[in-house]
Amino acid sequence: MRMRRARRVVVRAAQYAAIALITLFAVFPFYWMFLTALKQNRDLYVGATNLHHVPWVFNVPPTLEHVQLLFQRTAYLVWVRNTVFVGAVVVAITLVFAAPAGYALARLVGRWGERLGIALFLTYLVPPTLLFIPFARIVSVLHLQNSLWSLVVIYPTFTVPFCTWLLMGFFRSIPRDLEEQAMIDGYSRLAVIRKVVMPLAVSGLLTVVIFAFTLVMQEFVYALTFISSVQKMTLSLGVPVALVRGDVFYWGSLMAAALITSIPIAIVYNLFIDRFVAGLTHGALKG
Amino acid sequence: MGYVETRDLRKVFGDVPAVDGVDLSVAEGEFLVLLGPSGCGKTTLMRMIAGLETPTSGEVYIAGERMDADVPPRARGIAMVFQSYALYPHKTAAGNIAFPLEAAGVARPAVTQRVQEGAALFGIGRLLPRFPRQLSGGERQRVALARAVVRSPKVFLFDEPLSNLDAKLRALARYELKKLQRQLGTTTLYVTHDQVEAMGLGDRIAVMNHGRVLQVATPREIYDHPADTFVATFVGAPPMNLIEVDDRTLLGFRPERFLPRPAFDPSADVVPFRLRVQHVENLGADRLVYGVLDERARSDQPVIADLPVTVTTPLGEGQVYDFGVERRWVRYFDRQNGARRGGGAA
Repeated sequence: MRMRRARRVVVRAAQYAAIALITLFAVFPFYWMFLTALKQNRDLYVGATNLHHVPWVFNVPPTLEHVQLLFQRTAYLVWVRNTVFVGAVVVAITLVFAAPAGYALARLVGRWGERLGIALFLTYLVPPTLLFIPFARIVSVLHLQNSLWSLVVIYPTFTVPFCTWLLMGFFRSIPRDLEEQAMIDGYSRLAVIRKVVMPLAVSGLLTVVIFAFTLVMQEFVYALTFISSVQKMTLSLGVPVALVRGDVFYWGSLMAAALITSIPIAIVYNLFIDRFVAGLTHGALKG
Repeated sequence: MGYVETRDLRKVFGDVPAVDGVDLSVAEGEFLVLLGPSGCGKTTLMRMIAGLETPTSGEVYIAGERMDADVPPRARGIAMVFQSYALYPHKTAAGNIAFPLEAAGVARPAVTQRVQEGAALFGIGRLLPRFPRQLSGGERQRVALARAVVRSPKVFLFDEPLSNLDAKLRALARYELKKLQRQLGTTTLYVTHDQVEAMGLGDRIAVMNHGRVLQVATPREIYDHPADTFVATFVGAPPMNLIEVDDRTLLGFRPERFLPRPAFDPSADVVPFRLRVQHVENLGADRLVYGVLDERARSDQPVIADLPVTVTTPLGEGQVYDFGVERRWVRYFDRQNGARRGGGAA
């Protein structure tokens, strides 16, 4: 009896230890960003010369000078605006294409639906480092060089297939009976999609919005290829371009930019975490 | 012409015929049950009538109008209750019941009133604000029925609506469903694989197998005068006993007509059999006697007798007894194709 209880306590302790470790692993980058963003330079760059220096605490009072530099001497706010603009347009385009495509593929009976679904997913595996060559040609034909619209044209090429595949799983999880019932209850196929399918796929659509937006935020290669003026850069491009000058890294300002950018996304993720997990597992199990 | 009618209706999936030339006619106000084992095509037949499946060939008529493939389900004047009930999970019970009325463009106040009326009919008024996930199986079924009823359809289509209920609830629901249909007088097509449900509910039963309708008749007639050996053995539990008489003939009788000789009136015209009892199951209300015929031409044929509690003849396992069947309850079938031969009108 006592043995079993002792064992349970040990198991519990091990579980909590594991959770604590994983949490630490997840939180550490944020903490490091926070620390680096607010440290004075003489606290930041002494590790190499002073072996007794403790790097993970503030050794001298924190400062806002890196944040100031970021906001006042770079185009950070312009990049935020550019990113939100491109993100919003790309998310809208993605929804417009991926939702009907995902629905059609989910309901297309027979082998072709499945094959098309897999083919879609395979396109995701072609690396952007290959694709930017043909894309450069397209962008120049469209006269979109050095314009945010070039990104609006290019980004859906990876958000649409991926999100279509994701939504396919969602739509498949909606019982066909419900749609047929609604069609008998007096609605056309389109009305059924609007009144029954879409409300039930909300968590899927939300997943797609978050996913497409984060994909846009992370993207670097295409942005680097097609955008050259600072005023037209997105965050993922502007921050490193402006704050890495030759071999001089403005670590404090870099980390401030990373932190400020990632916090809103972290909050959104946490707000929708349940639906998000549900969305991903749907995709995983039934996609 | 029937109120709902199909003419030589066919549906082929790949090269498998699911429904193979069905002519069916349902009279106005009739409760017709489509009965058959799973995969016999009964659900496909119903779905073609509903417009959810396009027939490969053949015609469907509802209330005298030809329902071509391009007449969508919503324009057929039907209401359907699925086996899963198909309640909209994002709508409350009230929202579910109101949904078809909203589609029909009924004004708001009238919708509210008809939802209330429909709910009252099924005693689910207090459940209206709840979501389907907050309802029990029986309650869900009532919501689904209320949703089907409120829009006063021309035809009800039921696809095994009771099979998700537990056994106790099912008997009650069956009674209520029948009462409701009588009250409304709406023409009803009901799909089931449960012969008890079919016998209890149907004004007539259409027995299907392999995509074909084998017999359409009243429950009594299906039971007493089955058209062939499939109907004879599919309807009734335990099924009809079939005995090989010769190369061409099968002889059939219901287990409850197969009784020990002392149970018959001495003046009755009885066909005698000798039964070697192998096993007796006492079920309370009746005894099931399993045995083989101990006969002249062909013996060793397994048969079952279903003795009511009023027949008290003691029976020992391994012993041989004199049994019999009244001649008027004996049926003959063709051994080759299973069809019934002579002996009583259909």
